[in-house]
Amino acid sequence: MRRPAFRRSRGDGPFRFLSTASGIVLLVIMAAIGVFLVVKAIPALQANTSHFLTELTWNPNATQPVFGIGALAFGTLISSFIALIIATPVAVGVALFISHYAPRRLASALGYLVDLLAAVPSVVYGLWGVAFLVPFMLSPSSFLNKYFAWIPIFGGDQVVGKSMLTASLVLAIMILPIIAAISREVFLQAPRIQEEAALALGATRWEMIRMAVLPFGRPGVITAALLGLGRAMGETIAVALIFPATFTISFRILSANGNSIAANIANGFGEATPIGRGALIASGLVLFLITLLVNTAARLVIARRKEYARAAA
Amino acid sequence: MTVVTGIQPISAGRRVKDRAVQALVYLAFAIAVVPLVSVLWLVIRNGLKRFDIEFLTHSMRNIGARDAGGGAYHAIIGTLEQVLLASLIAVPIGLLTAIYLVEYGNGGRLSRIVSFFVDVMTGVPSVVSGLFILAFWILALGMPFSGFAGALALSILMMPTVVRSAEEMLRLVPNELREASYALGVPKWRSIVKVVLPTAFTGIVTGVMLAVARVAGETAPLLLVVFSTDSINNDPFNGPQMGLPLYVFDQASRPNDTAIDRAWAGALTLILIIMLLNLVARLISWWRSPAKRG
Amino acid sequence: MAKQIEVSDLDAYYGSHKAIEGISMTIEPRSVTAFIGPSGCGKSTFLRTLNRMHEVIPGARVEGKVRLEDQDLYGPSVDPVSVRRTIGMVFQRPNPFPTMSIFDNVAAGLKLNGRFSKSQLEGVVEESLKGANLWNEVKTRLNKPGAGLSGGQQQRLCIARAIAVRPQVLLMDEPCSALDPISTLAIEDLISELKQEFTIVIVTHNMQQAARVSEKTAFFNLAAQGQPGKLIEMDETSKIFTNPTQKATEDYITGRFG
Ligand SMILES: Nc1ncnc2c1ncn2[C@@H]1O[C@H](COP(=O)(O)OP(=O)(O)OP(=O)(O)O)[C@@H](O)[C@H]1O
Ligand SMILES: [Mg+2]
Repeated sequence: MRRPAFRRSRGDGPFRFLSTASGIVLLVIMAAIGVFLVVKAIPALQANTSHFLTELTWNPNATQPVFGIGALAFGTLISSFIALIIATPVAVGVALFISHYAPRRLASALGYLVDLLAAVPSVVYGLWGVAFLVPFMLSPSSFLNKYFAWIPIFGGDQVVGKSMLTASLVLAIMILPIIAAISREVFLQAPRIQEEAALALGATRWEMIRMAVLPFGRPGVITAALLGLGRAMGETIAVALIFPATFTISFRILSANGNSIAANIANGFGEATPIGRGALIASGLVLFLITLLVNTAARLVIARRKEYARAAA
Repeated sequence: MTVVTGIQPISAGRRVKDRAVQALVYLAFAIAVVPLVSVLWLVIRNGLKRFDIEFLTHSMRNIGARDAGGGAYHAIIGTLEQVLLASLIAVPIGLLTAIYLVEYGNGGRLSRIVSFFVDVMTGVPSVVSGLFILAFWILALGMPFSGFAGALALSILMMPTVVRSAEEMLRLVPNELREASYALGVPKWRSIVKVVLPTAFTGIVTGVMLAVARVAGETAPLLLVVFSTDSINNDPFNGPQMGLPLYVFDQASRPNDTAIDRAWAGALTLILIIMLLNLVARLISWWRSPAKRG
Repeated sequence: MAKQIEVSDLDAYYGSHKAIEGISMTIEPRSVTAFIGPSGCGKSTFLRTLNRMHEVIPGARVEGKVRLEDQDLYGPSVDPVSVRRTIGMVFQRPNPFPTMSIFDNVAAGLKLNGRFSKSQLEGVVEESLKGANLWNEVKTRLNKPGAGLSGGQQQRLCIARAIAVRPQVLLMDEPCSALDPISTLAIEDLISELKQEFTIVIVTHNMQQAARVSEKTAFFNLAAQGQPGKLIEMDETSKIFTNPTQKATEDYITGRFG
């Protein structure tokens, strides 16, 4: 946006300086996050008697510290992906419901209802998860285990409520609102003239959406999903209460295994020795880098989309 | 080609598909609402058991592991202080950054970098901001665990939200208003303070309140840098201080029913505070633009 | 295939605002009917009631009857989707689907209506593009995106897309207003060819265009700002432009207002 030209006037210097400095403070904070995490992780990494990136166990408090990110990173990725696979279709459905199906007068109120899901704090989902969802999931999990054990992820001898699946389900609920909100915005922006073109050809509502809304909204939905993925990976307290906190790599999502970087930080911080804290900081650094990567990817998709929109205009 | 006359109804297959998708879309919405209803229902039902005067006015000091009674007063005080301090840090920085981006950045290199990192900052997980304050404030600078340390971590989470909402509001201020002010020979900074900010004020307040509502429920940073305590600590700059989310987490991790009841009551209190903030924010933004909503 | 349309006592609303009132007319098959009138008098609104596109706007509704030969378009058992399939439309701004190739744009409507072999599709696409006088310009790049064409080419692509499904009526809302004179001429020529086969209704602000392409002309006007638009008179184009019955028509045509 162009701003009118103006003469530099008295008193403007300090104010301009202050606001520019604030912008720079933000950059400094972002850099400092990286720097201080690295600095405080190094002593622990040096004391580690195993390989940080491949080791599965987490015993940084022992006199011979042994710890690695392996199992935690695996759990973070798997639980977030499962959450994403569950949440995205539902969120896209919710977004379409609000943008193209719900009666106009109700649409924004119903949209607000979904936004409320995002206002519920993580710890409350955790409490709900432990008190309600964990026992509730036992019978559907047993069902899956009984009849679908031939699908490896549903296999295993024992089925528990505090499983990877339950944690992923809570994550899915928590990231659903953000995916739905962004998708809804892009669906609402789908050009009216192309929607009308489809309708005028004799398209049903679904065919119109497939021809004119989804192709337009696809990059936005991808961005939304990536942002949701980033959220799921960093989500801490809710899953800290649900994950069984094991340090194994297993695809059996109904059994008692599962953990994540963030949950391990929350659960392990209380008893951590100085080396243990350093180890947790090192794992936090990995989480920071992964989420940074995912978020940057999300922004790049959106940036590409702008160019595409301009080209299409 | 067959000669078609009159209006041919569309094929049953297409009609069925259209209806099926419609059913799926409605179903998706229903599925999304189920957990919301379930969470709110359980929080209200279980929370009301202990949501009483004692809960709101007492701390957990001298409450044994299996005892009933006790309350979240210390946690409520802590959360209010921490959130207030976080806002005092995040709002000026966020607002000034937004002013920089809208009024001074002129789309230059620095402003594009700042803008990009504001987006990236939105994605910083709360536990990472807690770890950062732990590494920087407590481990490197040797400061004590305190409510203020928690406020620092929360402020990092608030900043990007404040920047984005303030930026959006500032961009809505019509250019004519700025021009009129410059034309009168008013220096730019005075125009911003006297004309631009007041015009955008209610919108910015709404954004800040939504940002506050978001961080008020954050637990992970408190866990790492505030530490929990069962006693009232009115001084956010010294010593462990409870926060409401942390209180819920703490009580939920204890194995007995009296603690679980307190956890639910704490969750109810927390949700009430957050919903109140949300509601006030919406009311302000609604009141700001009654004409627009028509 | 072309059909006659008969409208009787039609009103259209946007919410509580009545945009047009009491319109009755007969639109002849295999001919071009032009709608003229000052801006905001409801020409587009009326045109959109003829294929039930009006009601896709939230809150919009229609009262009255529109008959295609002997079928009531607004009858209780009539599906608006099939009405739009039968009565095609070309919009003021060219609106090809930006993510589809030229070929897919033209084939889009056909693909909705059942399975066609590739060679059948190719046949119809070629025929439609030829019908829209676009074939020679695009035959070597059918797989390129439709959004890459010039404005005039895009509009002819939209016409090709509309005629590919063999509608019985073609409605055009100011199809040339976003185009340069050469493209405009191309489209006018096209309209004259298409009327051999289709019933065509065209909204235009360009008097010469109405005079050049149409057999019948209908003049719409508003009594005052905020009042619903009405049909003032409808007659042979030559009569409207040389010897209109109504004073308002004459004033509008001679450029005294509007
Ligand atoms: N989507 C809409 N919502 C509400 N009112 C509308 C809408 N579209 C048109 N109108 C109103 O209906 C009336 C007729 O509009 P319409 O677009 O049919 O006029 P028109 O004759 O096609 O004008 P133009 O020559 O400028 O295209 C106008 O008063 C207009 O304000
Ligand atoms: Mg019009």
